[in-house]
Formats: sequence, C-alpha cells, structure tokens
Amino acid sequence: MEKNKLTTGKVAGIIANLVIVDVDGPVSQNEICYINLGGVKLMAEVIKVLGSKAYTQVFESTRGLKIGESVDFMGHMLEVTLGPGILSRNFDGLQNDLDKMEGTFLKRGEYTAPINVDQEWPFSPLAKAGDQVLAGDWLGEVKENWIGHKIMVPFKFEGKYTVKSVKAEGIYKASDTIAVLTDKDGREVNVSMVQKWPVKVPIKAYTDKPRPFRLMETGVRIIDTMNPIVEGGTGFVPGPFGSGKTVLQHALSKQAEADLIIVAACGERANEVVEIFTEFPELDDPRTGRKLMERTTIIANTSNMPVAAREASVYTAMTLGEYYRSMGLKVLLLADSTSRWAQALREMSNRMEELPGPDAFPMDLPAIISSFYARAGYVYLNNGSTGSITFIGTVSPAGGNLKEPVTESTKKAARCFFALSQQRADSKRYPAVDPIDSYSKYLEYPELQEYLAENISPDWLQNVLETKNLLLRGKEAYEQINILGDDGVPIDYHLRYWKSEVIDFVILQQDAFDKIDASTPIERQKDMLGKVLEVCHTGFDFDGFEEVNPYFKRLINVFKQMNYSLYQSGDFKKYEAELDAIIKERKAA
Amino acid sequence: METKAFQKIYTKVTQITKATCTLQASGIGYEEMATVNGRLAQVVKINGDNVTLQIFSGTEGIPTNAEVVFLGRPPVLKVGEELAGRFFNAYGQPIDGGPEVEGEEREIGGPSVNPVRRKQPSELIATGIAGIDLNNTLVTGQKIPFFADPDQPFNQVMAMVALRAKADKIILGGMGLTNDDYLYYKNVFDNAGALDRIISFVNTTENPPVERLLVPDMALTAAEYFAFDKKETVLVLLTDMTLYADALSIVSNRMDQIPSKDSMPGSLYSDLAKIYEKAVQFPEGGSITIIAVTTLSSGDITHAIPDNTGYITEGQLFLRRDSDIGKVIVDPFRSLSRLKQLVIGKQTRKDHPQVMNAAVRLYADASNAKTKLENGFDLTDYDVRTMNFAREYSNDLLAIDVNIDTTMMLDKAWELFGKHFSKAEVGIKQEFVDLYWPV
Ligand SMILES: Nc1ncnc2c1ncn2[C@@H]1O[C@H](COP(=O)(O)OP(=O)(O)OP(=O)(O)O)[C@@H](O)[C@H]1O
Ligand SMILES: [Mg+2]
Repeated sequence: MEKNKLTTGKVAGIIANLVIVDVDGPVSQNEICYINLGGVKLMAEVIKVLGSKAYTQVFESTRGLKIGESVDFMGHMLEVTLGPGILSRNFDGLQNDLDKMEGTFLKRGEYTAPINVDQEWPFSPLAKAGDQVLAGDWLGEVKENWIGHKIMVPFKFEGKYTVKSVKAEGIYKASDTIAVLTDKDGREVNVSMVQKWPVKVPIKAYTDKPRPFRLMETGVRIIDTMNPIVEGGTGFVPGPFGSGKTVLQHALSKQAEADLIIVAACGERANEVVEIFTEFPELDDPRTGRKLMERTTIIANTSNMPVAAREASVYTAMTLGEYYRSMGLKVLLLADSTSRWAQALREMSNRMEELPGPDAFPMDLPAIISSFYARAGYVYLNNGSTGSITFIGTVSPAGGNLKEPVTESTKKAARCFFALSQQRADSKRYPAVDPIDSYSKYLEYPELQEYLAENISPDWLQNVLETKNLLLRGKEAYEQINILGDDGVPIDYHLRYWKSEVIDFVILQQDAFDKIDASTPIERQKDMLGKVLEVCHTGFDFDGFEEVNPYFKRLINVFKQMNYSLYQSGDFKKYEAELDAIIKERKAA
Repeated sequence: METKAFQKIYTKVTQITKATCTLQASGIGYEEMATVNGRLAQVVKINGDNVTLQIFSGTEGIPTNAEVVFLGRPPVLKVGEELAGRFFNAYGQPIDGGPEVEGEEREIGGPSVNPVRRKQPSELIATGIAGIDLNNTLVTGQKIPFFADPDQPFNQVMAMVALRAKADKIILGGMGLTNDDYLYYKNVFDNAGALDRIISFVNTTENPPVERLLVPDMALTAAEYFAFDKKETVLVLLTDMTLYADALSIVSNRMDQIPSKDSMPGSLYSDLAKIYEKAVQFPEGGSITIIAVTTLSSGDITHAIPDNTGYITEGQLFLRRDSDIGKVIVDPFRSLSRLKQLVIGKQTRKDHPQVMNAAVRLYADASNAKTKLENGFDLTDYDVRTMNFAREYSNDLLAIDVNIDTTMMLDKAWELFGKHFSKAEVGIKQEFVDLYWPV
C-alpha cells in the first residue's frame, strides 16, 4: 500500500458525513485521508471508489465544508498505535486520548497522541543476539501498571528475522530503539517499543487457535453456573432497553477473572462511561489488590460522537485486545452496543444508496459481524504461551424483537446467548437473563466438561443440567396452574413450581448493587447450588396448596439473607442453620 | 437578518421538491443558512455546483426565479442573560413583542462535551411525586422522557415537576404544541411567579412542522449558555419529541431516503441521541437536565420513536390511568430511572432501594392475582392481601397528586407492608426490617 507520492484530491460533493472527493492519483479502499476545512483537518476513510471519485466517510461533522477544499490521502488504512501506556486510558473510537484534549467540548480536527512516546520505561530483555524471531515474538518487557508488557517484533514484519542486538536492562524511552533485527537478506531494522497496525486486519501472531476450554469466572451466577463463558469464548447479550445489558457488562468488567478489560462504549450514553472512570479508580481488583482502573481501558465513542468513528471504535478495541493477547494475557473485551455499530453501517450504506438488505441494513452485515467475532479466541503463541480474548457484546434489538438482522447475525457468530427478558426486568428479577432461552454452547464441549469436573466437582455438569431441567418443569407446572387453577392441579405441581422459584431467587437472581451479593466466587456458587438442589430433592408434606406458598416464601427469604451475608460468616451460618430447621419442619417422613 | 455588503443573490432554481429546492451556486458551506424568497432554508446536500436547500416552511409557491441569498453561517442563537423570561419561535426570533436579544452569536447544534470532562450526576431532584421520587428518582444531568398516550396529563405533570425542581432556569422547547398547551405553560409559570426563570422556544401546531427541527437545538444552545458559561442548574422540557421525529421522517421521505422501521429515517437513533446527550453535569457545578415527552400511539412502546428514545434516555416515566382508584399514576412496572442508584440509599434513607423493590415486587404479585381473578379462579388469602396492598399503594404513593418527601414515602411503604404482609413475605434485609417494621 505504500506509495511514493501521496495522492491528493478536491471535495466534489457533500451529503452529511459522506464526502465525495475527486482524486488525482491512486487511492485504496479504507485509506485514510484528511479533508481541509478552513485550516482544520477532518479525518475520513475511503469506503467506495468510482472512477476518479473516492467516497469517504468523515469521522467528524462536515458543517461549513465547501466544494473544492483540498484533501490529502495518507497511503494507509485506519491504524492504532501499540506500545506501553495504553492501559487505564480513555480513548475515543480513533484512539485519541480524550484526557489530552483541551477544553470541555470536543473540537473537530483535534487529534491527540494515543501514547506518549517520550515516556521512559524500565526495560528488560527477553531475547538475545542470534535468536530467530517472527512477528509477535517477545524481545523484551516493561512493567505497565502491574502487567509485564511485552515488546514484540512488529506485527507488520513478514518472515524470519535474526536478532542482532537487544538493549540491556535499563530505562528507555518508548521511541528508543530497543533491538536491531536483520531480515533474511541481511538488512538491518530497528525496533522500538511502539508499532502501528491497521484496525480492520486481525493480528495473527499465533501458531494455533484451539477450541477454548477454561472456565472464565465472572462472579455472576446465571453465567458461571448456568451458562458459563470460557477464556477465549464469545457471547452476546440482546435485550430491550432498560433490561440490564449495561449493568451486566459493568458487573463483568468489575469481577471477571481477566488480566485486562477493554470496554468499547459504542454509541451508548456518555454517563455510563463516566460511571466507569469515576468508580473504577476507587474500586479494588480483588485479584491483584490494585485499583480496577489499572486493568481497564476505555474506548468511548458515545452516541453523540461522530457516527463513522463509532464503527471504528469496535475495531480499535479489538486490535488493542489482540495486541495484549499476543503478550500471553487474558483479555476480556466488552462492547456496548454492537447494534449501534451496525446502525452506523446502515446510515452510511443508505447515504451511498446501496441496495438495502433486511431492515435497511447493508447486505453483508452477517459477514461483518461474524468476522468480527472470529477475532476473539484462545491462542497458542509462537513461544508456547497462551493468551485469550473473550468477547461479549450487547445487542439492542429494535422494539425488543429478537427476530431482527443484528440479533440473528450475532446469534450465528457468538457461542453464548444471554437473552434478557422484558418480563423478568419488569418484575425486577435481575439479572434479567432468561433462564430457559439462554444457552452456552461451551457446556457441550467435552473440553470444558472435563475442566469443570476437575476444577469444580465431578458431578457439576450433571447438577447444572438438572437445575435447568427443574426450571423448565417449574415453568410447565406454573402454566398448568394458571390454566387449571390453584386447586385444579395436584399439590405436586405447586411444589414443582416453588422449587423452581427457589432456584430462580437464590441462584439466578443476583443484586448487582449489593456489595456481597454482586459477585459470587465459584466455590460459593457450588455450595449454594448444592443447598438449593438439596431442597429440590426433598419430599415435602403439605395438607393443602395454600400452605406451599408461605412456606417457600420463608425458605427463599432465609436463602436470600444467606446471599447477602459474607460467605461462611457467623450470619451466614446462622441463616444456614435456620434454613435446615425450616426444611426439617416439612420434610416428608 | 443582517445582510452583508456584497451579498450575491441567486435567482435560478433548477429543481423544486416538496421540501427542497436546488440551484447552482459556489463557495457554499455545508449546513449554511439561506433565505429563499425570504423563507429560511438550510443546505442539506452539495454536489459539485448543485446546492440543495431544505426550506423549513415548505416549498409551496416557490418559483424557479425565487431570490436565494446565502447567509454565510449555520443556524445561530444570540445568547445572553437577556434570554431569561423571553419567548421565541423556532428560529430564535422573539414572539412576545419584546426586542431582539443582544448577545454573542452561537451556532446551534454545536459540539459534544468530551466524556472525560463530565461529572457523574449526583444531585437528587425532589419532585414530591412518590411515583418518581420513591421508585424512579431523578438526578441533575439526567435525560428522561414521559411515555404517555396523547390523552394523559403529561404537560401538567411536567410543569409541576419543573416548578418543584428548584432549577435556576427552565427552558421550554415546544414542538407542535397546541396553542392551548402553550398558553397553559405560560399561565402556570406566570402564576408561580417563575416567568423570569423561563425561556421558551415554541413551534405550535399553527407553524410549519419542519421548523420544529430547530427547536431542541435552540433550547439546548440556550441551556449550554446558562449551564456552562453561567454554571446554573438548567432544566430543559421538550414536548413533544414524537412530533419532532415525525418532522424528521417528513424531511427524509421527501428527500427519498430509504426509510427503516416505521418509516423513520435510519439515522433516528443518532438524531435523537445528539439532542438527549446534551444533558450533562459539569464538574464546575452547572447542569442540564432534560425532561421530555414522547407520546405513544395506544401505548405501543415498540414503535421506532419510543423504542429509540428508550435506548438513549436514562429511563422513562409512564403515566397510566389506574381504573381501580380512578387516578393517573406513574406506572411502577414500565417506568425506570437509570440514575436512581446514584442517589437512593445515599442521599435518601438507607432502606430506600430495598423498600422500593419490595413494594414493586408485591405490586407485581397483585397484578398476577388480578389476572387469576379475571380468568375466573379462586384467590388465595395471599392474593387478596396483595390486591388490597396494591390499591392502597397506588392511591397513597403512585398517584401523581401525592406530594410528600421521600422519608414520608418510605414510612408509608413500611406502614403498608406491616398492614398487609408478614416480614418473610416482604423479603427485605433483616437489618432494615428490625429498624422499620411497624409494631
Ligand atoms: N443486576 C441488576 N440488579 C439490580 N438492578 C438492575 C440490574 N440490572 C439492571 N438493573 C436495573 O435496570 C436498569 C437498566 O439497566 P441497564 O442500563 O443495564 O439497561 P440496558 O439494557 O443497558 O438498557 P439500554 O439498552 O437502554 O442501554 C438499571 O439502571 C437498574 O436500575
Ligand atoms: Mg445499556
């Protein structure tokens, strides 16, 4: 793509953020250009070429732009800068550091450096002269917050290189040369701590991408116990507005067992981003004892920011994730909401008068979504270490109806389906994940089944499947009761229904705003599931259906007090004893 | 409208549609304002020499030799302290007989606040209405609409909320407001002695609908002036955003854009978000809170307008007539304030979150019992108690005519719990039950 002389052009047409440019030389699809607007440079991306006309989507407002203004093409696609200093930053969708921008209001044409190349880092070498290396191989390491940030052979390097020299342990600037490599023709190249990569191209510096198999603990019971996600897995959370997508994602970002969290706020509310960077610097990461913000990076392209940059933001986030995965880290990538990204594609496609697909979305939407999800995954790096990107996106279906293009396309791409139900949200059964419709395909993976048997307990899977079954039977019983009336069904139906309610209230429902209940370690989840199943296995004696409801309400109440108490604390044990006593009261002889 | 010294007058319109006209012109900026035979218009498309203008009041009677003058600037509002107490049309021209406002000219629809320069909203707005303060607490810097059928008294509730909210300025953006409703607002604010805190930008049903598109940006430009420059607490009322969205669809349909759901433009989400996201809490103290109205057609919230709105705003307030008590209530099921957790139990009593949830859960049980009854089944004792509870809860707390402080609301809820239920049935954390259970 490199060209000797960069192409220039002149603005020939303007429709909102679609700007048509007359060009005087070659341009490539997705090439970046800057449009001059009275001295301000507006960044844009080529999205279609017709003869000497390049159609560009501008990442900024085009207000005041005039015909004939000059355009400079850059000869490369949209790139991110990779190097130490990315963690804990707040970037926009184009990786501008938002904190470095001046003033309260975003000024168009203001682009800020994503990382400070003059910052000094304590470096220690990992490779030595004579080593044969490939793109992505580790040359050295610097400490970024608490992680060992690997300095790698740039991903753009093709083929084998030989390490000629690596700097000794010491303090260096990010832009300093820390290694010299020679290519197969003996040409020397200098490598610094900083490299660039085009966001729409996956980074493939790994040897193998096996099926993922390790449980990723999230502390959310309806996920870990019922529909587990795995390291390197994919999942999505569709739900009507207000059903709890963002609260669930924030819970994951606080609690998940990941080394790094990358949050892409894609076309959603600015206040939700504010919440993260207000609260995370105060909250502790229980795994490291450090502040949560130290492992969190935010890509914020909120709904009022330019629409085209919204599309870029998810790719920027994914590329940062791939960079850290190549260091052998466990990355959790969250995007809220992928529907906004799809809508950005739709707006552009409509402006270009392309033939629309279903609901006026572009025809290739399913392909775009599936190749994006495919970038997640668990990988073996060249040196045998492993790294992963677990990706969970939210989907905001129009009218809450899951039969719409974004949900349907995503369902084909993602392996976990955490469907939020309006009905559950309305009755405040949070998290409103529908226990019957939702699934984790990973539960069917023998690799994960083995892992669960080894790491939780041999009968864990069986217990989980039984729990799911009990929920289904409870739902059926409830429907029968509704059709036939309370006294039109045997008492057993009431029992079945109420046992499923115990599962619902104790395992599925979880108060994201309670300090203790918000996050449940897997050990405790196992314990509670055991207790709940014990109730489900118990035969109870009741004289009439009227007795069932108040009895189970009492039972559930004590269970809930347990959930609110510190695990194995005095209170917890007190409630546990109380629970056992209540069970005994009615236990069938 | 000022005229510049050598302003060029174009007189050759080449194309006219219902909403737009096209002519050949050069050196024109995108979104620049113009007049076409005196009617205000804005550049919506430039293709080489061809400039397409959207004429706000429509193209009826526009001839091909109409006089077109470009104004060299996007739409602007002159801002200053003098805005206070004044009434304007959608273009920011006075309609109260008063003089033009002298002040700094600001482009409307200006840039967004950098998210890192925002502060997390944290100031509770007390309205006295328990359906709001207890279940759906509002916070400064929030954006929230009323979802209501056109026959609900949303304008009355909104005026009541605005007056009780203790805002430094109240800015009314009226879109397709009937003249009666416009006068209603004027009267209520006048009677409350609040006129000097009010600024209105009004497009009534008598004005062309497309003009409405300017109203929210006018209102919010004024709001930003007072909230950012003057660090004041500003409350913006936007009514009715459904009519605003209708105007968007009129324009996009006339411009032959491919409609998406419900014949709304594909950009509806972004268009609405640009408005609502102007709600902000500045760290320096000023804030913009937006309370809007989105009218529904027969309660359908899956329609593209309320649906996209719900995805943007921080909750929504539903008004519904409760036939059991014969009053309008704030529906606890479908209403939601997303920012309430920032203040409840923190700026209000600690038991607030749990009491709120328990009451709504019991209210849900009552609605299940009601369904049972309607289906002809016998009710259990518990069913009967929940229904009794629901009636009192609705009358004493949810009805919009309630006006008490939050602590009284909480006490009232405990009183109703104690009257109708056992402690276990209420299912609240033990520490609060110990403290507040009525004896
Ligand atoms: N786990 C939970 N515990 C308690 N309350 C919850 C929980 N999840 C959601 N809520 C409540 O629901 C509200 C809406 O949740 P959230 O903002 O996550 O919805 P959303 O699905 O992201 O909506 P949108 O699509 O509009 O962004 C929250 O403000 C909170 O009041
Ligand atoms: Mg959300």
